[in-house]
Amino acid sequence: MIVRDKSAASVTFDIVNYIFLGLLAATCLMPLLHMLAVSLSARAPASAGRVTFWPIGFHLDAYSYIINSHLFLNAFRVSVIRVVVGVSIQMSLVVLTAYPLTREPEELPGRNVIMWYFFFTMLFAGGLIPTFLLVRSLGLLDNFFALILPVALPVYSMVIMMNFFRTLPKSLYESAMIDGASHWVILGRIFIPLSKPAVATLSLFSMVFHWNEWFMGSIYLNDYYKWPLQTYLRQLLQNIDFSRITLADLDLLRRVSDRTFVSAQLFVATIPILAVYPFLQRYFVKGIVLGSVKE
Amino acid sequence: MNNVSDRISGKIPNRKRALLAPWARVYPLYVMLIPGIVAIFIFQYIPMYGVIIAFQDFRPVHGFVGSRFVGLHWFRFVLNMPEFGNIIRNTFVIAVGKVIADQVVAITFALLLNEVRHSFYKRSLQTAVYLPNFLSWVIIGGIFIDILSTRGLFNDFIALLGFERQFFLGSNRWFQATMIWTDVWKQFGFNAILYLAALTNINPELYESGIIDGANRFKLVRYITIPGMMPTIILLATLNLGQIMEAGFEQILIMYNPAVYRTGDIIDTFVYRAGLIDAQFSLAAAVGLGKSVVAFFLIVISYKLAYKYAGYRIF
Repeated sequence: MIVRDKSAASVTFDIVNYIFLGLLAATCLMPLLHMLAVSLSARAPASAGRVTFWPIGFHLDAYSYIINSHLFLNAFRVSVIRVVVGVSIQMSLVVLTAYPLTREPEELPGRNVIMWYFFFTMLFAGGLIPTFLLVRSLGLLDNFFALILPVALPVYSMVIMMNFFRTLPKSLYESAMIDGASHWVILGRIFIPLSKPAVATLSLFSMVFHWNEWFMGSIYLNDYYKWPLQTYLRQLLQNIDFSRITLADLDLLRRVSDRTFVSAQLFVATIPILAVYPFLQRYFVKGIVLGSVKE
Repeated sequence: MNNVSDRISGKIPNRKRALLAPWARVYPLYVMLIPGIVAIFIFQYIPMYGVIIAFQDFRPVHGFVGSRFVGLHWFRFVLNMPEFGNIIRNTFVIAVGKVIADQVVAITFALLLNEVRHSFYKRSLQTAVYLPNFLSWVIIGGIFIDILSTRGLFNDFIALLGFERQFFLGSNRWFQATMIWTDVWKQFGFNAILYLAALTNINPELYESGIIDGANRFKLVRYITIPGMMPTIILLATLNLGQIMEAGFEQILIMYNPAVYRTGDIIDTFVYRAGLIDAQFSLAAAVGLGKSVVAFFLIVISYKLAYKYAGYRIF
């Protein structure tokens, strides 16, 4: 790579390769651009399928409409609350669980058993039906916390956090211990501040998870006013199951399921992801490599 | 705990002795573990116990404990269902297709991207291809249902090239391939990350000596880059073995429809419909349990192989 190969074959390869990869990357963005173009088009060309990547009969009607749609706004609000509450709980539990498990078994008797207790859940799960019945018998149906508590501790993230804690120099821990610092102080003042990249990565993943997750909302929540945004969108795309809908909402629904409105709603639901994407990109490469390749 | 006797007998080196703390220093660690242990117990271990409904004629009013025991009734029932063979076959065809297509495209992409020398162009490409991974299947499904419809953008493109329009999501001929390739579209960039990380770890001196030995660019790829990526390829191949029951529940639930149940219905979607739509809890739990047990062995084997051939340990 230091000396450049300037042979004809090499230069040809470069040209073909650059064009091919450019097209490939474009393929990844095109569906999103198409959706954006449809959402900004007039209704007639959009439903006739004449819009490709540029709006026809540009206007913002769809957006002004959804901004006034209380169904959409309400679902958006639920999603924002879910992300705030869900990420806080997940990250607290991830950090609190990972820290003790980085201790050696002689310092924390039973450490290995507890580790297996968590690890086993990565190998075997009761599955959808028993989990659903459990959530139902806990009385969590139609309760916001049905979206939070079943996923309160993501074990895989906890393992990544643990692996990161282990890379911190041992001497830091030992000298703090000898100085008489408590575990809470060591965790809060030493481990967490030194683990900012890992905490940031896992928080972002947690955020993306809670923002994107729609299935739990669709099985645990019947009341459409409690649905998070992705569940609402899913039902909108299916045109079903707004079972207990009021007449006024039904009328609104008919209008928002128009093609330009659907596109606009999908796009607005994507904006938060696009907004954190630069941060995500900065961290996730590190996070992924950290999670799978360890020395 | 035998800390006291150890300390008296002086078996433990001095440095460690300071860490071997009395109960007062240990118990905060247990306190920290309590929320996680409780959460996992309730939402992971109780459902594991709940799989006993697969052996019962479960009636919600009687609960997990009071329902009538029926032994292997539901398992026999499932094996005799006419759609059973289809569901298993669809699950494996789609899952294996995804594992292979995802990794082959990711490896190829990583190799080609590695040949791009302009770092700005390289970063722009990465920014574009990583993005779809972070969008939910609701959004992606919504876009693709639109684009792949007979009058959608993709069919317009195909028609432009002179081919016949196809109803990709409504035809049994195309549905499985559509699931595989939309999954590749979403994941390939992200899957390439580990391969790219492996490439940056290749010692540059290897390339220098290759050049001195007169190797051209293509030979360098053949004899240095690809072998340097091999451990990662083996690692991911073994880990993916644990995934061959995962055909992509969310994706298929969003993109399928009754017209393509013959080729598109997988174990997970069947469990969902049987259990949560038709309220056949015991039947659905039996199918789900069957899947969990097979998946358990696959994952254990895949971890063992990953450890043996790639030195991988999860913790």
